[in-house]
Amino acid sequence: MDMETDQIYQIDVGNLLAFNPNHRFSSAPSSREELVKECVTEGTKLVQAIADTLFNLPSTETNDGPLVQLPPPTTKLPREKHLPRPKPPTKWEEFALKKGIQKRKKDKIVYDETTDKFKRRHGYDRVNDDNDIPIIEAKASDEPGEDPFAKRLDDKKKRVGKQEKNRLENLKTAAKAGALPSHVQLAVTGLPISGTKTQPKKIGKEALGDVAGLAATSTASGGKFDKKLPGEKPPKKQGKHHKYLPVVPRYGWVDEEKEQTNKVLGKLLSKHSHEILNVGKAINMYNDKKEKKKSGRSDKLKAKKDITKKKPYANKAN
Amino acid sequence: MMEIRTPKTHKAKRVLEKRAPKLVENGKKTLILHGTKTSATLSSVLMELYRLKKGGAIKYSRRNENIRPFESGGETSLEFFSQKTDCSIFAYGSHTKKRPDNLVLGRMYDHHVYDLIEVGIENFKSLLSFSYDKKIAPHEGSKPFICFTGEGFENVPELKQLKEVLTDLFRGEVVDNLNLTGLDRAYICSAVSPTKVFLTHCAIKLKKSGTIVPRIELVEVGPSMDLVIRRNRLPNEGLRKEAMKSSKDKPKKKVKNVDQDDVLGKRGRIFIPEQEVGKTPLPDKSKGVKRERREGKLKKKNKEEGSASKKHKESE
Repeated sequence: MDMETDQIYQIDVGNLLAFNPNHRFSSAPSSREELVKECVTEGTKLVQAIADTLFNLPSTETNDGPLVQLPPPTTKLPREKHLPRPKPPTKWEEFALKKGIQKRKKDKIVYDETTDKFKRRHGYDRVNDDNDIPIIEAKASDEPGEDPFAKRLDDKKKRVGKQEKNRLENLKTAAKAGALPSHVQLAVTGLPISGTKTQPKKIGKEALGDVAGLAATSTASGGKFDKKLPGEKPPKKQGKHHKYLPVVPRYGWVDEEKEQTNKVLGKLLSKHSHEILNVGKAINMYNDKKEKKKSGRSDKLKAKKDITKKKPYANKAN
Repeated sequence: MMEIRTPKTHKAKRVLEKRAPKLVENGKKTLILHGTKTSATLSSVLMELYRLKKGGAIKYSRRNENIRPFESGGETSLEFFSQKTDCSIFAYGSHTKKRPDNLVLGRMYDHHVYDLIEVGIENFKSLLSFSYDKKIAPHEGSKPFICFTGEGFENVPELKQLKEVLTDLFRGEVVDNLNLTGLDRAYICSAVSPTKVFLTHCAIKLKKSGTIVPRIELVEVGPSMDLVIRRNRLPNEGLRKEAMKSSKDKPKKKVKNVDQDDVLGKRGRIFIPEQEVGKTPLPDKSKGVKRERREGKLKKKNKEEGSASKKHKESE
């Protein structure tokens, strides 16, 4: 603040900042500890000076301790973002300004003449709902084949589309002026393929990786000898997909297959088998299988084998 | 073809509004990251800086090879990170043979580099090496005192910039109300020479003195280091002017239904809700409920009792 006498520090209470421009450190370096001590003593003086002003500010007592109202900081520091820019007026606002149209506050409840009741303006059971009109009288200008209800729906769609377009235009001008509202983003989307309505859905990274893996292993040699591109993941499950136990056990080794079947049998025949085996489900499955087998012979969807045609086979004799 | 995208959840909307440019800004967040190689001292410096600024700092642990703050193309990554994390100060550490234990402190304006200052770290003492009474240890996120000593901070332009950057870095949030019991830390920066600044972090002990103002005692607790100025980049004059612009405080939100007039003074408007004549609760005018009748009844009863007792007395 003042720089008149030598002993006055520059204090910014709002930032709890103090600056002593007058202290001179000796150019001849004394020992490190002495230097540190000197710095800390000077620092203490500065903090004391700030505390003097701080504790003399009017304070209010709260549960946690005395609360003081800090003055706004005096050191100017640069902002982190630009100042919010004023929004350019929308097309409607410009028009309203030109014509002198004032904004009128609309009531939430409006009197409905057709039913002599007060109804809300928007929402459930609203005034002038399009769906509620039972009869539309034909006018002389109407064509005979036209559906007036469909026409009303169509008109509404057109109006909504026009409004959306206008809204987009307004946001574009706001974006140009740098004043797009913070929660809105304008994104450039790709054009839809002509003739189709929806755009192709984006496939995620993982799905693409999986498909690439599938394609890679669908070569004649299972993708083993193909050069790998950088970033390509190794195929998911390499090698065999099933493990079959040996039927004839090795000499001295445990018969694993026998153990497996014994285990299953044991579980089925044990005391608590009703907990493991869902008898109802098993019966259903058995019955279904039987029925399928019966009807399978006359299944129209299955391609029938033509037994009159003989399979050509190579003449092995020669 | 453009599409309007708005957030689908309220939470997302609030996050976007928090990050939008405002008249009164939030506290600046710090981004701490390092380059291809870091030395032991540098990594502990970055770690301790992160701890000091715990509430308002983000630390990246991977090394970033393509960040070169002082080169023209090397700032794109920094700007991208700043945009992603909404941080406007960054501390980038790197260690090379030419510049050992290098720390670049930089600020962003609108997520573009505003200014940079490069310092070398010497004589670093970690906060673990200081022994002190744990009771006075400063709490996380408390507002610190910042002290600068030395004529260098005024005369040397690099030190002036360093003073501003350190103030920005350590300041934290700008608050209106401060709890005086929560003052427990101070950063002391001393310009020991025109190129060297000694920085240390101390805890505050308040001692009783005769007056309301307690006597301050500082105890070194935190990291202490020497900062040697290497390179710096000042902001463009135009950019600086724009960043320093602050709008005058706009008038506070207007109180509704009150207007001030020079002729008539302060006037208010009162709105009376519509009287729904059909719905007002009418008084219950049934015969037995009337107060006069009730009181009359009560009196009669007392009279009867009184006369009954009288009669009784008389008969006795």
